[in-house]
Amino acid sequence: MDEQVVISTQNLVKQFQVKDGAVTAIDGVTLQVRRGETYGLIGPDGAGKTTTTRVILGLLTRTSGQSSILGHDSMRDTYRIRERVGYIAQQFALPGDLTVMENVRFFARVQGVSSAEQRRRIPDLLEFAGLSGFTDRLASRLSGGMKKKLALACSLVHEPQVVLLDEPTLGVDPVSRREFWNLLGDLRRERGTTIFVCTPYMDEAERCNWVGLMYEGRLIAHDSPGKIKQMVPGRLLEFKPSDFVPAWRLVPDLPGVLEVQTYGAMLHIFVDDPDRRGREIEAALAAQGITCEGMREIETRMEEAFISLIRKQSAGASDAA
Amino acid sequence: MRGVDNMREGLRNRIRRLSAIIQKEAIQILRDRGTLVMLLLMPVLEMFLFAYAVSLTVDHIPTAVADASMDAQSRAFVGALVASGYFDIDMYVADETQVIQAIDEGRVKAGIVIPPNFAAQIERGEAQALVILDGSDAASVSSGYSAANAVAQSWAMGLTVEKVARVGAASLGGDISLPIRTSTRVLYNPDRDDMIFIVPGLIAILLQVMTIGQAATAVVRERELGVTEQILITPARPIELLIGKMVPNLVLAVIVMLIVVLFGIFWFGVPFKGNPWSFVWLSLLFIISGLGLGLLISTVAKTQRQARQITLLFMLLCMLLTGLIYPRQPMPPIVKAVSNLIPATYFVRIARGIITKGVGLSFMWADVLVLVVYSVVVVVVSALTFKKRLD
Repeated sequence: MDEQVVISTQNLVKQFQVKDGAVTAIDGVTLQVRRGETYGLIGPDGAGKTTTTRVILGLLTRTSGQSSILGHDSMRDTYRIRERVGYIAQQFALPGDLTVMENVRFFARVQGVSSAEQRRRIPDLLEFAGLSGFTDRLASRLSGGMKKKLALACSLVHEPQVVLLDEPTLGVDPVSRREFWNLLGDLRRERGTTIFVCTPYMDEAERCNWVGLMYEGRLIAHDSPGKIKQMVPGRLLEFKPSDFVPAWRLVPDLPGVLEVQTYGAMLHIFVDDPDRRGREIEAALAAQGITCEGMREIETRMEEAFISLIRKQSAGASDAA
Repeated sequence: MRGVDNMREGLRNRIRRLSAIIQKEAIQILRDRGTLVMLLLMPVLEMFLFAYAVSLTVDHIPTAVADASMDAQSRAFVGALVASGYFDIDMYVADETQVIQAIDEGRVKAGIVIPPNFAAQIERGEAQALVILDGSDAASVSSGYSAANAVAQSWAMGLTVEKVARVGAASLGGDISLPIRTSTRVLYNPDRDDMIFIVPGLIAILLQVMTIGQAATAVVRERELGVTEQILITPARPIELLIGKMVPNLVLAVIVMLIVVLFGIFWFGVPFKGNPWSFVWLSLLFIISGLGLGLLISTVAKTQRQARQITLLFMLLCMLLTGLIYPRQPMPPIVKAVSNLIPATYFVRIARGIITKGVGLSFMWADVLVLVVYSVVVVVVSALTFKKRLD
């Protein structure tokens, strides 16, 4: 067992029994999360991110394959895992009729933290989460962002080596999201905590140092965000056509165009040679009376890479079928 | 040594977890003021309802008298009926026809028809009087029937009872003449004081509905809110979560029990004839069976609404089947079998045994045994079904 590997799965499969047969939610996922890493499991809704997290934690049984955390098997050492990891469920709720302090103390005691340790840790933890001024407020009266911070504080109170966060910033405003991610950054730097986070947000994926891209129960790519972006061939052009639909129909058939994605009123176009193809596209569209506003080359972001990889995956799947 | 230390640490953590869960549940119960006040006031409210609104016996029934004898004996008989407290003579009429007319018009609910030569018939021991009761009012019928019968018994005379009602007459087959037998229903309730009969049963029903409802909704609410997943990921064991939920509700149920008993004794004057300690212990047993049943329901109910519906169903079953109001003897076997699945059925008998009759355990060991087995089974089954995983 590699000491540096904190979370690992091998050909993990999870099927749910439904009326007529079984639905495969996880279809042979193999992943590894190394110590101190922030691993982002990204993918669209329904890709199997939550199910994967739950199986790793032993909250759901697995159908086949292996999964373990800190060397403990997800199914056999359920309670040993629960003593050593922190977790924020996606649709989580802390008891809303308990105050911030009561919540943290409840989770501390359930996690077996002694009273002396509680006195030492809890003020620091609340300070860290920015909740020091709200200790007597009922959890249900907190804003969405503060609820998430409280959940993080509760999941960290037993000082776990690894935390698993399932879409922790779902339904939170952009400022609070940024604050939450800054907390995660502090956590990794100061304590070396391993963080496993599921998220559909691409900007959050950029903040991870390793990304697993999940789609329809499979891990279709996993690497650093930089490498993932390089997986998409070609370079990216962005512009705003004066007449969107005809432009969107026309551009894919032009020479040198590898892929076309829409981005609001803009088109994102992967091409082999940005200078040359940019001019060609402008000319071709101009022939149809369409002008191109703000034609420029941009850096490929996770969002474009993500869409591109998923498209290829589903195209490959339909070819195979 | 290491092993012993580990065990000690394990035990310490177990206690820490359990006390954390108990404390959390207690805070949550205390903080939900509205529900708490309702839980504590409901029993008192229901007792007043039973005492003053849904009284099972009816007295001071407005009555019409048709006395064809008008002699000393007939007047004395009517006087005895009035003295029983069950009949108020509102009017004197000429004959049976007018009595029935008065009942039909709703001016009275009962009529007494005394034939001519009543005194002479009494002397010969063959006196007959006719009591006519409004068949559309079941409570008046049963009260008037047994009251008139009791009076007639003391006069050693025959009595004919007839029920009439525009609605009821046909179904009763018109005139029914019943030879009267001694009523046995009032053996432990000679003054017909309903509360003596009602309070012990009410304790059983109130505790039953409360424990089932509290336990079921406490679990289902957390699952609905998503709290369960967040607590499930802690090292808390299912049995600790179950016990943690049961303890504060157990305390609450004991308080409710005490409120009802004390109100029964000091307000309604219900005598407590048996041993208070055995009553407390058996209540605890009964409360545990109810909480266990509630937890079991929580494993079936998906939403709070479902949990409440099931609790309501239990409330109805309790009212109808446990012998609180209606005797269980005449129930058909299937209904009886259903009532045997409700813990309150046993506790109604136990409570009446201890409070009203003052009998000891030896008279109701079978009911106690059933409750013990019941409690163990529901708690164990719900602990086994209370999963440590989500699927």
